[in-house]
Amino acid sequence: MDIKSLTAVELGKKIRAKEISVAEAVKASLDQIERVEKDVHSFVSVDREGALKRAARVQEQIDDGRLTGPLAGVPAAIKDNICTKDMLTTCGSRMLENFKPTFTAEAVRNLEKAGAVVIGKTNMDEFAMGSTTETSYYGVTRNPWNLKHVPGGSSGGSCAAVAAEECPFALGSDTGGSIRQPSSFCGVVGIKPTYGTVSRYGLIAYGSSLDQIGPIAKDVTDCAAILEVIASHDPKDSTSIDRRSYVHAPVGKTCSGGKGEVCPAGYDFTGALTDDVAGMRIGIPKDYFGKGLDAEVREKILEAVRTLEERGAVVEEFDLRLVQYAIPAYYVIASAEASSNLSRFDGVKYGYRTEDYEGLHNMYKKTRSEGFGAEVKRRIMLGSFVLSSGYYDAYYLKALRTKALIKQEFDRAFGKYDVIIAPASPTTAPELGKSLSDPLKMYLGDIYTISVNLAGLPGISIPVGTDSKGLPVGMQIIGNCFEEKKIIRAAYTLEKTRSYERPGMINNLSERKEPAGSRTEKGDGFMKGGRA
Amino acid sequence: MANKISDETIEYVGILAKLELSGEEKANAKADMEKMLDYIDTLNELDTEGIEPMSHVFPVNNVFREDAASCIDGSEDTLANAPLKKENCFKVPKTIG
Amino acid sequence: MAKQYETVIGLEVHVELATKTKIFCSCSTEFGGAPNTHTCPVCTGMPGSLPVLNKQVVEYAVAIGLATDCEITRVCKFDRKNYFYPDNPQNYQISQLYLPIARNGYVEIEVGDTKKRVRIHEMHMEEDAGKLIHDEWDDTSLVDYNRSGVPLVEIVSEPDMRSADEVIAYLEKLRMIIQYLGASDCKLQEGSMRADVNLSVREAGTKEFGTRTEMKNLNSFKAIARAVEGERERQIELLEAGKAVVQETRRWDDNKEFSYAMRSKEDAQDYRYFPEPDLVPIIIEDEWIEKIRSRQPELQTEKLKRYRKEFDIPEYDAKIITGSKSMADIFEAAAAICGKPKKVSNWLMVETLRLLKDHNMEPEEISFAPENLAKLVDLTEAGIINNSVAKEVFEKIFLENIDPRVYVEEHGLKTVNDEGALEEVLKKVIADNPQAVEDYRGGKEKALGALVGQTMKAMRGKANPGMVNQKLREMI
Repeated sequence: MDIKSLTAVELGKKIRAKEISVAEAVKASLDQIERVEKDVHSFVSVDREGALKRAARVQEQIDDGRLTGPLAGVPAAIKDNICTKDMLTTCGSRMLENFKPTFTAEAVRNLEKAGAVVIGKTNMDEFAMGSTTETSYYGVTRNPWNLKHVPGGSSGGSCAAVAAEECPFALGSDTGGSIRQPSSFCGVVGIKPTYGTVSRYGLIAYGSSLDQIGPIAKDVTDCAAILEVIASHDPKDSTSIDRRSYVHAPVGKTCSGGKGEVCPAGYDFTGALTDDVAGMRIGIPKDYFGKGLDAEVREKILEAVRTLEERGAVVEEFDLRLVQYAIPAYYVIASAEASSNLSRFDGVKYGYRTEDYEGLHNMYKKTRSEGFGAEVKRRIMLGSFVLSSGYYDAYYLKALRTKALIKQEFDRAFGKYDVIIAPASPTTAPELGKSLSDPLKMYLGDIYTISVNLAGLPGISIPVGTDSKGLPVGMQIIGNCFEEKKIIRAAYTLEKTRSYERPGMINNLSERKEPAGSRTEKGDGFMKGGRA
Repeated sequence: MANKISDETIEYVGILAKLELSGEEKANAKADMEKMLDYIDTLNELDTEGIEPMSHVFPVNNVFREDAASCIDGSEDTLANAPLKKENCFKVPKTIG
Repeated sequence: MAKQYETVIGLEVHVELATKTKIFCSCSTEFGGAPNTHTCPVCTGMPGSLPVLNKQVVEYAVAIGLATDCEITRVCKFDRKNYFYPDNPQNYQISQLYLPIARNGYVEIEVGDTKKRVRIHEMHMEEDAGKLIHDEWDDTSLVDYNRSGVPLVEIVSEPDMRSADEVIAYLEKLRMIIQYLGASDCKLQEGSMRADVNLSVREAGTKEFGTRTEMKNLNSFKAIARAVEGERERQIELLEAGKAVVQETRRWDDNKEFSYAMRSKEDAQDYRYFPEPDLVPIIIEDEWIEKIRSRQPELQTEKLKRYRKEFDIPEYDAKIITGSKSMADIFEAAAAICGKPKKVSNWLMVETLRLLKDHNMEPEEISFAPENLAKLVDLTEAGIINNSVAKEVFEKIFLENIDPRVYVEEHGLKTVNDEGALEEVLKKVIADNPQAVEDYRGGKEKALGALVGQTMKAMRGKANPGMVNQKLREMI
């Protein structure tokens, strides 16, 4: 049996049925990592010994009936900006080269409680700032579909790891598209949940008002099952929303049971895994399909839309205004928050400290200038500037007002449509080394994903085919806040019409012989990437 | 209108952000920032008169903790990652001179 | 004639709230403790940690706002104040700028016979910083985050004060109000109350304010008074010399009685405030305010009225006793136990005030149990000890909180009521003082006093004065 090609839910089923042991599942992932990591480099660190130890523990708990959930025994990879106790958490930065958190993020704790086995930490753009995973201090991650191309970012390591079958699923974080865009580049499925659905406790903040953790996996079923596990109301995160009681006005209309009462969104996501979009109203924002969108990407997405239409959805084009203002507003808000969030990295309490310095301020400056990479510094400078005396109103407040208008636009749209369909990115994955030279151009690539973060909405990216270069095209389905179930249903229905495509590299590698001695690696249990 | 960022401004923002940029980095930072600010200025096309700035997207208020202590000695964890420490404290260059 | 100057002073008073836990995490706020023991990921700015607001902080802040006639801000938010310093683990402080919890209040102060209002501009909630210990040996500083995240309110006054006396009166009034509310112990020595002084001078009669400076590091009322005087003189000297006052932050060195500018090139003082994205707004509805108001303890003015009515003690005494929450608490507790409020009041007004003064202590530092004072009153009233012994015993209570019953017993201080023993002594006193005896017999009442005194002395204070008096009269 090819364990590594199973989805998380399939694997979980076989583990519970005792067809596969947890150790076998974990070893399958570790073996694949061993096999492809030198090419793909999805991971910053892999905790071999720890994972095997946890596997044994989880197996016991499955055997004695304490663990019965869908993810029990399933290996997981975690983006390296999500804290894991006693395991390196670098944020892709030199600044946190040796940082081992003293606590585990709530989302990961939820996974562990459900019996998932964390095997390692995935590569990412430094502090989640980037769209290519090229800004990582630990070297670039390559796209498993074509090693000359980027996997996207910032959760590029998580998406590449899933695509390369190094693990059945991973967690990523999404501030401006960092789950959806690399998912589309790597041909996997990723969900950015409604803001407040997954606890941010333990997620090392980039833009606090925009950040959300979400699942990345091979299919919609996995993503729904993982989201159901990681989502929770966490009293440690003041912005975490209790979906069992919170009632968002526009959602109320759909509540069954009558009497006109509104009902809360809840934490059921797998309940939406139904192959049925009959009557679903789908809005296609005209502005998202015009200038700047690659023709092949457009064609693949419209083809998928037609499929949904054939399955009974009602599709309509409409004007989603203010699209062009989302990026500038985002860069003001995210950079401002980042400049403040990243000020804690100063060489005093944890992380990197410069070797030679004279006095306190010189220590701060040298530590931060040496510890942060160019993109992070660029955003900290911009964020500090827009908040500085005399500019706050003109930039920051203006951006917050723009955000309010963008939210209004979406509220209007969701008055008419159940979901909105958009590209996840204007193009398929660019080649390595082609993006960083012009930051502004790179930022423009986030045009379809960013407004979703500003408005706090849920979005899913699912593969809809490949372009002529053989690179995956992703489609984004955006829902109203707390309406994950609608986007899951639409995505699931579409997915049912297609079969999962594996990257060619995986197929080729599968034909290769198993490398000898892949399980005899020694070392301290951590495999760490070197600097590129 | 094209934004112009002066050397003084870059210097000043560097002090605020505690970043020390090399000559080349400074020139790049200036160019990047000018370009970004020009782009950000497109927001001025938008009439936001009377619009309340939105910092939180959802109207969630009054999230509190009760005043109940649950702390154990946290010093070991707190200092676990310290680059330099002494006598259970973080060690930093002298702050008052 | 030399120019006349007027001093214009506004205060920023920081008060540490008496919550059990910190403002954004459940670490203890207890004073002291080994370095960094009262810490967790939140109050040390660990990556990934998030703040959650302590409800009691809001309730204390609202209580102080109500007691100082402030308007309570119905939708209030936290902001981040960004600046780098090692005592500030995140390098931003969670504070309030745009929508502070309370605004536009006042307190009334009395200096001499003049009453005046000092207006409160605003009051906001924020977190305290950690402590820096300067290590002289290797020229470094050590950071302890035990105090990091302890809740503070900062009360910002309008520039309504004109003298050091008014400043002290304002601070004492604030301290009294807050102590009454139980919102803080307001100990200046421990730093649970701290004041920054904004001061400018202007020529008498002018309307515009002069350029102000801000002085920090003031940790006693005396230091504040000296700093006000020192800064006033410094600014007047500058103006007299035709120089300008520079707007700056200065640090007061109370030993040298001199302040010096704190600012360096690296402190741009541009705090880049913006709304704290990790915390949600606080909505304060009428209902909540009423609930807090209804729980508000009796404040000084009410207490004063009640004491006059209920205990019939002189206005002056009632004012002094209610002027300190600790004193009032002791008074009420002791009075309730022994049922003799006037006697308790006397002990506080005379002996307690004298001892406080002798030992250079504040009423808040009184540490004896009210039970012991009540027992002392009972012992005296029952004639078991006499007044002079009682004074001696009270000093012991004041200093060591001894149990007077046990103490009197162990030290044999009970008044001697043994008539035989007394008669023996009296015989001797009468024999030794024929002149006084003669005078008394000749009608001089006062002479008896001298004889009583001699008797008490001979009995080392333990005699019952009433009994001595009576016996003497009989025997002469």
